[in-house]
Amino acid sequence: MSDNKIAVEGLSKGFGALAVIDNADFQVGDGEFVAIVGPSGCGKSTLLNVIAGFERADSGAVRIDGAKVTGPSRNGIMISQHGSVFPWLNVQDNVLFGLTGGNPAERMARAHRYIEMVGLSGFEKAFPHELSGGMLKRVELARAFAVKPEILYMDEPFSALDALMSLKMQIELRRILDEERHTVLLITHDVEEAIYLADRILVLTPRPTKIQTVFQVDLPHPRKLSDPRAQELREAILKELGL
Amino acid sequence: MRKIDSKLAQVVPPALLIAVLVAVWWIVVARSDSPIFPTPGQVATGAWALAKDGTLWQHIEASLFRVEIGFGMAFLVAVPLGLWMGWVSSAFYTLNPLFQMLRPISPIAWIPVAILWFGVSDFSPIFLIFISSVFPMMVQTTVGVRTIDRRYLRAASNFGVSRWVLFRRVVIPAVLPEIIVGMRIGLGVAWLVVVAAEMIALNSGLGYLIMDSRNAGNRYDLVIASMIIIGVIGLLLDGATRLLEQLDTVKWRYVR
Repeated sequence: MSDNKIAVEGLSKGFGALAVIDNADFQVGDGEFVAIVGPSGCGKSTLLNVIAGFERADSGAVRIDGAKVTGPSRNGIMISQHGSVFPWLNVQDNVLFGLTGGNPAERMARAHRYIEMVGLSGFEKAFPHELSGGMLKRVELARAFAVKPEILYMDEPFSALDALMSLKMQIELRRILDEERHTVLLITHDVEEAIYLADRILVLTPRPTKIQTVFQVDLPHPRKLSDPRAQELREAILKELGL
Repeated sequence: MRKIDSKLAQVVPPALLIAVLVAVWWIVVARSDSPIFPTPGQVATGAWALAKDGTLWQHIEASLFRVEIGFGMAFLVAVPLGLWMGWVSSAFYTLNPLFQMLRPISPIAWIPVAILWFGVSDFSPIFLIFISSVFPMMVQTTVGVRTIDRRYLRAASNFGVSRWVLFRRVVIPAVLPEIIVGMRIGLGVAWLVVVAAEMIALNSGLGYLIMDSRNAGNRYDLVIASMIIIGVIGLLLDGATRLLEQLDTVKWRYVR
């Protein structure tokens, strides 16, 4: 298929004697939101790190737009559980960090647009240690969106937040994705988060991991988890996970 | 209200403790009728006389000058070397054993070498200060670079920034808090050593003042006065370095 954004081909990886990924194969279409759920410790994060170019596969390949991934790129920005907002830069400088090209005024305008989009107007000069966990996530999202990456890699992005804030961030993310079209690959252990956000859900096997089942989520946005179809899907996914 | 309480709690007990110690000192010396050891009153009088004729300031200035130069040179050498050793593994493996071997040698052991090389001049104590403060700052900087959280380096590489930007906007600011800790340690050691160095050579500085006061007629009031002044200046120097911790770009390391 030519409209695949990401193609994972026969990917395997281990750490020493420990096999972590065993011949994983899947594709992500352009603009598609794919969630990957799996039992904890199954190698989800390793899989994402290899796809994003931070770690190397032992065999197999990852192709973005047909080109083999050899390292990280600003075309695919990673947002991880613990976050990587630079604590020594204020909100505005964090968002400006990844921006290149154009003149300073244009970069500043762009930074401010994304700061506003994530609802942090008025906090431009605030330092990360003055912000709450949810606000830090917003900074990270703004910094990522500002460079207009084609792909977002999200590794349990909201799992360090409390349940309420996590829910709120899912809604926010969905809203932003409706404005800005991105291909998203989300790793999560939260089945409901996956159902709320994703177009397609891949369930992984325990380690060494590969794709066990694929679920298509054909529900219109904004989704309600109380929808019987969503509940049915949730049951089916949990069953796949052995629950 | 609680803020005021905590401020008071930070100032009153230590002031009381010092006041009690001074009182005990005074009573013990007054009762024992020691012919040599001075009372706090005599110390204050002696220090006042030195301050009035200006010699006290000359000694303080001389000591501070040596620390400034020696510590300044140590800083200029230690930080770049520390950054380099922290960033480039081969530099670390090559240089670290040598520096770890030089580091435990007491600055006192360098005194004969300093006299041989620089004679009885300002350079000897400056060299000793340099030797004693360069290693702690270098080690702290190196450790700082080597313990930068990987997620920040990953984020920087994710955005595809150049090596220069990575170094200037990620590595340096990430290490800055460690450098400040290194500066505090280095400056403390430098001040410790200037006094020892001045006892051997020269004719100025607080260390010299101590030895000279003892040799010139057992002026123990001035010996004790110098010791107290050294302590107070050390405290002020540390306080000045700690002001750096208030910088917005390093506060993250000290809050929470």
